[in-house]
Amino acid sequence: MGFVLNIIISGLISGSVYALLAVGFSLIFGVARIVNIAHTAFYMVAAYCIYFVNHKMGFHPLWGMGAAIVLVTLLGLISYSIFINPIREHEAAVLIATIALAMAFQEIMTLIFTGTYLSVPSLVQGYFSILGVKVFYQQLLTFCLALLVMAALWILLMKTKLGLAIRSTAQDKEVANLMGINEARVAMMTMGISVGLAAFTGAVVVPLYTLEPLMWMHPLIMMMAVVVLGGLGSLKGSFLGAYILGFSEALVVFLAPMGAFLKGSVALSIMILVLLIRPEGLFGVSFEEER
Amino acid sequence: MDLLLFYLRKLFTVLKNEVIVLPSRVVAVLFFVFLLFLPLLTQDAYFLRILTLTSIFAIFAASWDLLSGYTGQMNFGHALFFGVGAYGSALLNLHGHIPPWGSIPLGALGAVLSGLIIGIPCLRLRGTYLALTTLAFPIILLGIVFALPNVTGGELGISGIARLAGSRVANYYIAVVTMLGLCTIMWKVTDSNTGIIFHAIREDELAVRAAGINTTRYKLLAFCLSGFFAGISGGLYAHFMRIAGPSTLEVSKSFEVVIWAIFGGIVTIYGPVGAVFILFPLLELLRFWQEYRTLMFAGVVLLILLYMPDGLFPWLRDKIEKECPRCKIRNIATRHTCRVCTAPLD
Repeated sequence: MGFVLNIIISGLISGSVYALLAVGFSLIFGVARIVNIAHTAFYMVAAYCIYFVNHKMGFHPLWGMGAAIVLVTLLGLISYSIFINPIREHEAAVLIATIALAMAFQEIMTLIFTGTYLSVPSLVQGYFSILGVKVFYQQLLTFCLALLVMAALWILLMKTKLGLAIRSTAQDKEVANLMGINEARVAMMTMGISVGLAAFTGAVVVPLYTLEPLMWMHPLIMMMAVVVLGGLGSLKGSFLGAYILGFSEALVVFLAPMGAFLKGSVALSIMILVLLIRPEGLFGVSFEEER
Repeated sequence: MDLLLFYLRKLFTVLKNEVIVLPSRVVAVLFFVFLLFLPLLTQDAYFLRILTLTSIFAIFAASWDLLSGYTGQMNFGHALFFGVGAYGSALLNLHGHIPPWGSIPLGALGAVLSGLIIGIPCLRLRGTYLALTTLAFPIILLGIVFALPNVTGGELGISGIARLAGSRVANYYIAVVTMLGLCTIMWKVTDSNTGIIFHAIREDELAVRAAGINTTRYKLLAFCLSGFFAGISGGLYAHFMRIAGPSTLEVSKSFEVVIWAIFGGIVTIYGPVGAVFILFPLLELLRFWQEYRTLMFAGVVLLILLYMPDGLFPWLRDKIEKECPRCKIRNIATRHTCRVCTAPLD
């Protein structure tokens, strides 16, 4: 019975992480048509930021979380306005600009913190056990915070004026512009929200994972798979897709032989199978052929 | 004897009337000559090794351009073809005892097969969906490689493969001549009717279909052609390094080729080739600052993009050449009238 619970816990945690990342990624893609490869690099920078505040400066990790979210959001906005905004019409150039940004962040983190594996203490210590399986409070906290932020984001998008502006820009940039929405400003704000989400994800999950400069690669791939599986620009789809892939990863790791190597393969194969049946993803709108 | 003189005179006329008039063509000819006669000047092992690897990756980058640049089918998983080519020729060489001249093309055929396998599901997808989905395939294969260490050698890869050729100069010539030949073929393909259809698919697929052209077939053709060339480069790499490891399938390999191609300028073939010849030796040059190497590489790419978002080589070409507004023939920028129709330029 124990391993079933293990699968559920690990699936819920990685599912929430992928969901938060995928939502941020598809937000900025929807509004500004930017495929932001550096999205998970921001997540990594946030994680290192907490490590720095906690270990080098000696504050409580909670302070680190706050600092990480603010600083990384600023970093995202700065790099957006310097490197991405001037070349936004050239889609291909934006693509490799984000790849280069991700590489640069990875290298800077390697220079500062070296490539060794690091870890950060939990916000709340301790655990309780169900059926002989340890459930750490930190795991529970991560999961609850992720759900909370998702709910907050949903309210922001659906109930506020900014959310309306973001959704309408994503649907049709020209018409949104005609309705008096400052498209450039909405793009900037969306970038802020998107990077902020990535930073938040990094902040809540860092006590559970080990820190290394290459930690952005695997979430990047899974995040992209989630976005494609759920349908680009669909919040509901990203949410569901994230848990599908999170659970399939957990199942493979715990049940299959050589599972740790195959977890990515199996999750991505599921994505491809779904795409064969529904090319626009689970909840994607099959939009008109763009010309 | 007369025939020889005739051809010599023809060569001279072509050189005088077609090559000398345009700086880009002069540069291309000089590039060919330089690469072919370089071993006469120096036989430095390190230098030849760098240029051999550069040539191999130039094929790889150009093959990405053939698929993603021309038909617009953004492929983020191009390392799949490279890896299949490398692993395929390594396995054939090791277990089938096929010498390199046989195992490399056969490995490339394996890459073509993988192009067909991923091409068929991917044809239903477009744009960003396609790009993000193709990213998945090399990772799936990488998982299988790690899970079957008996066949693939796991993390260590397959070693003990036959050498490409006996000496390093021979290695160099095999890589360089293959690169020049294959890139010329790719350039010719993109210049032919097929190439025009590839262009048209990128610009407006619906219109191409409306014109009665089976776009599916042409997109599959692009996947297969590109897979073949990338597979050749993978096979050459495996035989040159004498190891086929998981690094040939990594995400960074797929990203690398995208960086090269877009940096040089897509939809040109010569752009990616030139970009590899600039960026790959540059990366080697930066080895003196080992820790800052990748950082500086990223910095160079970011800065160049800010000023030349269309890529380096189209930008350079626009600076030194002008297109005649009437007959669309290119002229050197210093001319005031077109060299063919004498219409005033700009």
